[in-house]
Amino acid sequence: MIGRFIQNAGWPRIIIALFLLGLFIAAPFVGVRVDTSLSNTLVRFGMNGVMVLAMIPMVQAGCGLNFGLPLGIIAGLLGATLSIEWNTEILAKLVELGTVYKISWLNEVFVTNWRAALGFASAIIIAVPIAAVLGWFYGKLLNRVKGDEMMIATYVGFSSVSFMCIAWLLLPYKHPTMVWGYAGRGLRTTISVEGYWLHVLSDALALDIHTENIHLYIPTGMLIFFAVMAFLVWVFMRTKTGTAMTAVGSNPDFARASGVNVDRMRTIAVVMSTILGAVGIIVYEQSFGFIQLYMGPFYMALPAVASILLGGASVNKAGILNVVVGTFLFQGILTMTPSVINSYLQTDMSEVIRLIVSNGMILYALTRKVRAGR
Amino acid sequence: MIRRLFDIIANNAVPAVFIIISAFAIPLSGYSASYLIQELLTRIGRNSFLILSLLIPIMAGMGLNFGMVLGAMAGQIGLLFICDWGIVGIPGIVLACLIGTPIAIILGIFCGHVLNRAKGREMVTSYILGFFINGVYQMVVLYLMGWIIPITNPALLLSRGYGVRNAVSLLGIRGILDNLIPTVITGTQGAGQFFNAQGGNPFILLQIPLIDGSIRIPLATLIVIALFCVFIIWFRKTKLGQDMRAIGQNQAVSDSAGIPVNRTRIIAIVISTVLACYGQIIYLQNMGTLNTYNSHDQAGMFSIAALLIGGASVSRASIANVFLGVILFHLMFIVAPVAGKNLIGDAQIGEYFRVFVSYGIIAIALVLHAWKRNREREAARRSLRGNKGGE
Repeated sequence: MIGRFIQNAGWPRIIIALFLLGLFIAAPFVGVRVDTSLSNTLVRFGMNGVMVLAMIPMVQAGCGLNFGLPLGIIAGLLGATLSIEWNTEILAKLVELGTVYKISWLNEVFVTNWRAALGFASAIIIAVPIAAVLGWFYGKLLNRVKGDEMMIATYVGFSSVSFMCIAWLLLPYKHPTMVWGYAGRGLRTTISVEGYWLHVLSDALALDIHTENIHLYIPTGMLIFFAVMAFLVWVFMRTKTGTAMTAVGSNPDFARASGVNVDRMRTIAVVMSTILGAVGIIVYEQSFGFIQLYMGPFYMALPAVASILLGGASVNKAGILNVVVGTFLFQGILTMTPSVINSYLQTDMSEVIRLIVSNGMILYALTRKVRAGR
Repeated sequence: MIRRLFDIIANNAVPAVFIIISAFAIPLSGYSASYLIQELLTRIGRNSFLILSLLIPIMAGMGLNFGMVLGAMAGQIGLLFICDWGIVGIPGIVLACLIGTPIAIILGIFCGHVLNRAKGREMVTSYILGFFINGVYQMVVLYLMGWIIPITNPALLLSRGYGVRNAVSLLGIRGILDNLIPTVITGTQGAGQFFNAQGGNPFILLQIPLIDGSIRIPLATLIVIALFCVFIIWFRKTKLGQDMRAIGQNQAVSDSAGIPVNRTRIIAIVISTVLACYGQIIYLQNMGTLNTYNSHDQAGMFSIAALLIGGASVSRASIANVFLGVILFHLMFIVAPVAGKNLIGDAQIGEYFRVFVSYGIIAIALVLHAWKRNREREAARRSLRGNKGGE
């Protein structure tokens, strides 16, 4: 029974889970508050959850781990920056619509009270089509390189990030809070979303208990958003298309024999993955408070990949549960190691532990035996 | 016919594009010929060895060895020790190599075993392995050195008493190999200027009137690189080299022919790792400073990009590719920022362009390789069916 559980879960996961448990137990003894740590873990969980979710479609469709997540992130960054650039115009347009159609409540309720939510929604609405287009091309590319998806995905991610470095400098953004002050053009490396849609999800319905004994903050809105996205992915994976997609991932030859268009399913999976990446980074930014441009998204795929693997996914099988467990474990370790280990050893080992854990996990998954041949 | 044309274009497109880009960018940058030649010679000496270390795994069909950063880290550990012990000059370099070699061998064996477990996706695995070992390296250098591993020189350690500083000066071995046999080519006017600036006499002094200014040649480094090229040519002809080439062609057939596939693959990676270790030491003796936590990061990416720009592919690379690659890649490295500045008025754009090209070129090379392989596989499957459907 226990042996079987260990076999199912895999040693690395158990070691890491025990390590995390140990950190939570040790926390009070070194003067780190468990409740604060738990709150931080939950916040980070909400921030990163959707990006980890983005791994599912591609893994299920047999495209491997999406190391090309930065492509989706770029779509998200474009959506986020454009939503700020056009913020005034978008709101003005809504007011105009309100007056034209004599819907005064639209003006009052939405534009006055829900400015932030509208900005956030506009960011997602702008980002999704961009992600869909990029994802479509990306999917077509990956269809031509079956068997080598992961390495190529990595470099597609890297080259798109470095290409966008040039684009961020040259694109005609004008908004004064976003461009460099002295040149009047070229976006800044970090752009604050304060005043636009900072914490729009995190603070929605948030549970903030701040008494003498308990410091608990639960970003309910963000967690609900993640749950909704996870539910959508879950439902999608159970539709006809989703099942066909899973079939393609499990056995492409069999799927083709059953009349499934393998390439089409893979393209859909990549598009979905890219869109989820775009939404994921916007969720991340509203909580983090800043849009990180230029080399910011460069290594963002690795934590997401490591998270889902930590949750028990393999290179060609992943589910919602893997995302939830993995993100919680991974973000838990990221939150706990700096605070606990630092207070114990007086040094910051978190970066090193993050490197070893995340890459060790990916390495472990890559060296597992999977079915022979593709 | 069309397929052959496709192959020819696919094999030579990359260097051709780079020659064209350079042809436009060089005049835009406004650099003089002698400056460019000097810079290129320095960079050939600095980088060739690292790039050459990639050839053997390619021969063994293991793709681009992104795990070469493991060797680079081993070399850096060797350098840290000689800095600590204050050993300078050629003995320092030799000792650093001696310390680095066993570490590189151990890491290479480890890497080989891991890659044998991940056949068919060696590249992505070696790439992640690089990150993983980077974590271990940081742990050793940042926490264990000066605590468990004795480091006494306070100039190396962080003020907290353990852990190595981010930037370590390699003044003791700086340029030692490059200047072992001082060689200078000068134009007639340049000679006097050069002696004033440098003080000492060069060992070999060539005068070619066409050149303005003077060009220093890292002769000893180039000799080492040339010897190493000879080694690779020789190695290809040995039993082991032939085995590797056979494995590169087809693992199953090699296995039934009695070649120990896994063992040979491990040897290929070990050789590559050890050579990358020496390559990094040569690279750093030229640079003169060791960025403890960053130097090795770039080594893999830049070497691989340069090799691919030289026209190599994931499954086929020659010595000529290495040198063509170094020249074209670093030509772009030198001129891109200035060309960008002169063209658009922003040096940052040239800088980003350079990075974009490095990554983009790797992406394109990988795509072309996978594409070609899938086409071949498809063609093989068709021929098996008797090719009734026609191509």
